[in-house]
Amino acid sequence: MEQTITQKILARAANRKFVNTGENVWLNVDVLLTHDVCGPPTFDIFNQEFGEGARVWDPEKVVVLPDHYIFTANEHAHRNIDLLRKFAKEQNLPNYYDVGTDRYRGVCHVALAEEGFNLPGTVLFGTDSHTCTSGAFGMFGSGIGNTDAAFILGTGKLWEKVPESMLFTFDGEMPEYLSAKDLILQILGDIGTDGATYRAMEFNGEAIHSLPMEERMTLTNMAIEGGGMNGIIAVDEITEAFVKSKTSKPYEIFTSDPGAAYFSKTRYNASEMEPVVAKPHSPDNRATVQSMKGTKITKSYIGSCTGGKLADFKLAAKILSGQRVSVPTNIVPATVKVARDLETELYNGKSLKSIFEDAGCSIALPSCAACLGGPTDTVGRSVDRDVVVSTTNRNFPGRMGSKQAEVYLASPLTAAASAITGKLTDPRNYL
Amino acid sequence: MESIIQGKAFVLGRNIDTDQIIPAEHLVYSLSDPEEVKLYGKFALSGVPLAQSGLPAGNIPFVQEGSFASDYTIIIAGQNFGCGSSREHAPFALQVAGVKAIIAESYARIFYRNCVDGGFVIPYETAIQLAETVKTGDELKIDIKANTVENLTSGETYQLNALGDVFNIVEAGGIFAYARKENLMAQS
Repeated sequence: MEQTITQKILARAANRKFVNTGENVWLNVDVLLTHDVCGPPTFDIFNQEFGEGARVWDPEKVVVLPDHYIFTANEHAHRNIDLLRKFAKEQNLPNYYDVGTDRYRGVCHVALAEEGFNLPGTVLFGTDSHTCTSGAFGMFGSGIGNTDAAFILGTGKLWEKVPESMLFTFDGEMPEYLSAKDLILQILGDIGTDGATYRAMEFNGEAIHSLPMEERMTLTNMAIEGGGMNGIIAVDEITEAFVKSKTSKPYEIFTSDPGAAYFSKTRYNASEMEPVVAKPHSPDNRATVQSMKGTKITKSYIGSCTGGKLADFKLAAKILSGQRVSVPTNIVPATVKVARDLETELYNGKSLKSIFEDAGCSIALPSCAACLGGPTDTVGRSVDRDVVVSTTNRNFPGRMGSKQAEVYLASPLTAAASAITGKLTDPRNYL
Repeated sequence: MESIIQGKAFVLGRNIDTDQIIPAEHLVYSLSDPEEVKLYGKFALSGVPLAQSGLPAGNIPFVQEGSFASDYTIIIAGQNFGCGSSREHAPFALQVAGVKAIIAESYARIFYRNCVDGGFVIPYETAIQLAETVKTGDELKIDIKANTVENLTSGETYQLNALGDVFNIVEAGGIFAYARKENLMAQS
């Protein structure tokens, strides 16, 4: 029987040759990810259910990356970090990246890639809905809650329903005025925020395989915005080069069989697509930037797991080089490594950092920051009736802080162009 | 497991995401300290824009000012309830507020799993657009064996989808209770 890449990876994890879509299977988990918001309650459930003194199933396979509420005076947030620290110590977890030390990394989904935890063919679960980001590496990544995570911590296993797959093919060449964010917002506008619920979203085509890994991660990151269980892109030379530069661990490459059954197949031609935004208050509320041009904004925000990678800042710098922003603009690198790279990566002979500083942007410390609002003292948090153009992944009511605020999701190119004019602006005006 | 769930309905629209169910700024409270846990009840559904809170009239707070629990025990909603983040704090907050069951047209996967595996609230699905007919404050009665919900205020009865595969986990009270029963807790 022919299978999709997602079926094959789940079959491997279930010690089977073949799994049917729709069947519930028990999977052996390769990596469990957690962070400061969901780690402490997960550890609580683990201790309660497996008993004091219980050991996690495999300390090497537990990755704890605090990233959500890091740079805040909120005492409860600090307590959560203390609880992570305590559990990591008790359980001797080698992959704990402590806050306030040189091990601190930043946003977990980007750090997983940097640290070599993303391995083709493996199964990753994480207590964060954007765990699907890792699917860019030809692996299965999916978000779960604390109870499921605690179950994995003790047993190394979890049940999952094998998903049907939706195939999205992008033909043609990627124009310089588009980013992967435009592609995924286009899809979300077509399928809606529940168009892929309980399904895999598989991406392929010439335009996808021309993208660097970080851009592919933007695409798989937002599979959850369509309700997807996972997003996935098959391995190619670009994937292998990235993985081999981070780790020497072995991995297995799976690909979809030519005759595999899909729930749906959709084709796009990247070279004919337009820059788009998702209007308030839903990631599927798509409109072309052209049709929204002139909409006044009060803030621009470039950051997060989906929009705060080096690739995102390279795009933003192309627009902001030699320009001045006219509204407050937050640059929030996802990780410490991205922050460092802003100092060394050059565009037209200038570092990205100095381009952003000269343009009048404020550069924040790496964390999730205002992508999800966070404690009231969080950098970039929306207030009152803010109208924000943001490279993040969600614009539900109140997502970035204020319930009255409006958020337009956009590519780093569009967020940068709009920062200059103070209005939603097509990036082609500056390219 | 009880066989009947009876209580007042609280009606919401579609795409109610987890930021509306429990806004991110509240995720810092402990889920085990009894005093702090109450705060999840207090802030449950506090992110829903007031105009959409308690349909069809709207402007009905789910939890009264100064209270830590809601008068409503059954949530009625449209499609894609619980979309967005993976926070288990969302079904937990609803449970703390006193919710026993949700009846929605569909759910986001992680929220649905969390409801079932955590044993917080029972997530029923129905093909009927109940959010169009049930009014906030109506008295509802869910018959768990028959998979029906009766609107005692209007006198109408509606069919709910069977829980199917997950019924055994719901009945056991969550994935841990189920796994113990089925002897699935051994380490791999």
